[in-house]
Amino acid sequence: MSIRIGSGSGWWGDRISPAEQSAREGRLDFLCFETMAEATISTAQVRARADASFPGYDTYLEDRMAAVLPHCVKNGTKIISNQGWINPVGAAQKVREMLDEMGCSHWKVAAITGAQVTDAVSSAGGTILETGADMTILGDSIISAEAYLGSDAIVEALRDGADVVITGRVADPSLFLAAMIYAFHWSLGDVTRLAQGSAIGHLLECGAQLTGGYFADPGVKDIPEPWNLGFPIAEVAEDGTAVFSKIAGTGGLLNRETVLEQMFYEVHDPANYITPDVVVDFTTAVIEEIEPDRIRVSGVSGKPTTDSYKVSIGAREGFIGEDMFFYAGPGARQKAELAKIILRERFKIVGLKAEDVRMDILGVDAIHGAATPALSCEPYEVAVRVAARCLEKVEALKVGREVDGMAVSGIASTGKRVPFQERVREVIGIWSTLVDKDRVTAKVQYF
Amino acid sequence: MQVLLRQLAHSRSGDKGNTSNIAVIAYHADLYPFIREQLSVERMKARYDGLVRGPIKRYAVDRLGVLNFVCEGALGGGVSRNLCLDNYGKTLASAVLDLQIEIPDELASKLR
Repeated sequence: MSIRIGSGSGWWGDRISPAEQSAREGRLDFLCFETMAEATISTAQVRARADASFPGYDTYLEDRMAAVLPHCVKNGTKIISNQGWINPVGAAQKVREMLDEMGCSHWKVAAITGAQVTDAVSSAGGTILETGADMTILGDSIISAEAYLGSDAIVEALRDGADVVITGRVADPSLFLAAMIYAFHWSLGDVTRLAQGSAIGHLLECGAQLTGGYFADPGVKDIPEPWNLGFPIAEVAEDGTAVFSKIAGTGGLLNRETVLEQMFYEVHDPANYITPDVVVDFTTAVIEEIEPDRIRVSGVSGKPTTDSYKVSIGAREGFIGEDMFFYAGPGARQKAELAKIILRERFKIVGLKAEDVRMDILGVDAIHGAATPALSCEPYEVAVRVAARCLEKVEALKVGREVDGMAVSGIASTGKRVPFQERVREVIGIWSTLVDKDRVTAKVQYF
Repeated sequence: MQVLLRQLAHSRSGDKGNTSNIAVIAYHADLYPFIREQLSVERMKARYDGLVRGPIKRYAVDRLGVLNFVCEGALGGGVSRNLCLDNYGKTLASAVLDLQIEIPDELASKLR
């Protein structure tokens, strides 16, 4: 017996049509959506406080579900998704509503809550992993703290007959591992299977990053039809080995190289990748190219996991103001250099109070900064990009105001955008800590 | 012969907090020992000088032909605080590929 698990998204902004294609043609038993980045929860909390109409879950929940639910219902594909963000119950109720409108009252939806531990963490304190300082120094700047839960509550929901499971914060591989534990009745003491399953989840969690996305390097690493990447599907056997593939006829590539790039993505010590379910050792992995776009992964090993959950804490730290403007033609870079001098002086005139100011010339050294090799020729066109991090919003707004001033009080041929977007954003700093697992209780509710 | 690392290996970076990991993956098992020998932490520190502000740690996974460099202080304080346009440090992995590696001439056929 084997099960087929599809990846439905690698992040919040991911494309939706490949997920629909996998749901339609992938013969999937499970379709899993990963939609959160480190700052998703805290950003959602800030937005929820400012905007009463924001429901607190993935803003693409309805788009994603409308695309895949008809196929999943028809094909008997269960859905596991972390689109609940700060409101898994609200997201589950929305999915319930959509299913009812489709006449699918027999489908059961579960919401998993309990990941948000803001009050517990704020009161109990603890050490900030990045700095070693005590959490109390964050004071009331803390917006949110959420634990990265494991697979257990998802497995419980599946055992209770849930067809759609909506979670808040869960470790990304756990979304996928839950399907395997449920389908194969894996023992929670079987660290080899848990590690192999978590590795499969890790490979699937970023969607097309396994199948040719974030990969093409023209002339060195070319990808067939990179506009048409298929999302990965894992066919998992009871022993935890998996064969990865994508829908026939899609673009992209699945080979040893794409698998290795994703295996090490966001990994530090590859022999000790800690998840809430198990500690994964990727160094023993065996990667076999069975045929084009079909790869078997086996051999991953593991150790029992720790007694704590990682907690991500979001704290208000101020505001970033940013904008950019352009030069092209002869002397473009020299104009940009002069523009930087003008802005630096004008920031003094307006008394800009900033924690940090950065002015870059895009096309020269804006991205790799000091590590950029010396210019070999003059760029024909450049952009000046200015950013400042400030404690107060009124200070951050000065960046855009002074860039506006460059329009008529600047240099010859200064190109400028119509101010079409918000030029100030709030900074939610992310810190980490650990919390004892027995202090966090996940709860499953059904709709 | 001296060749660009880009002809021997490919790379990908990922973010966690203020740390970026840069995995360098050999195209061929025969090329890996030369990368492992010559792509030291010191060389990475020099290449990313001024960009990576904290320590760099190297994990060598010989069975897979991968060097994983964990670079602290690479993201301007973390994705949300970073004043660099590339908030996530997605482009960091490409810089290493312009380093030169010395390999025996007979391995030329294994290069990209």
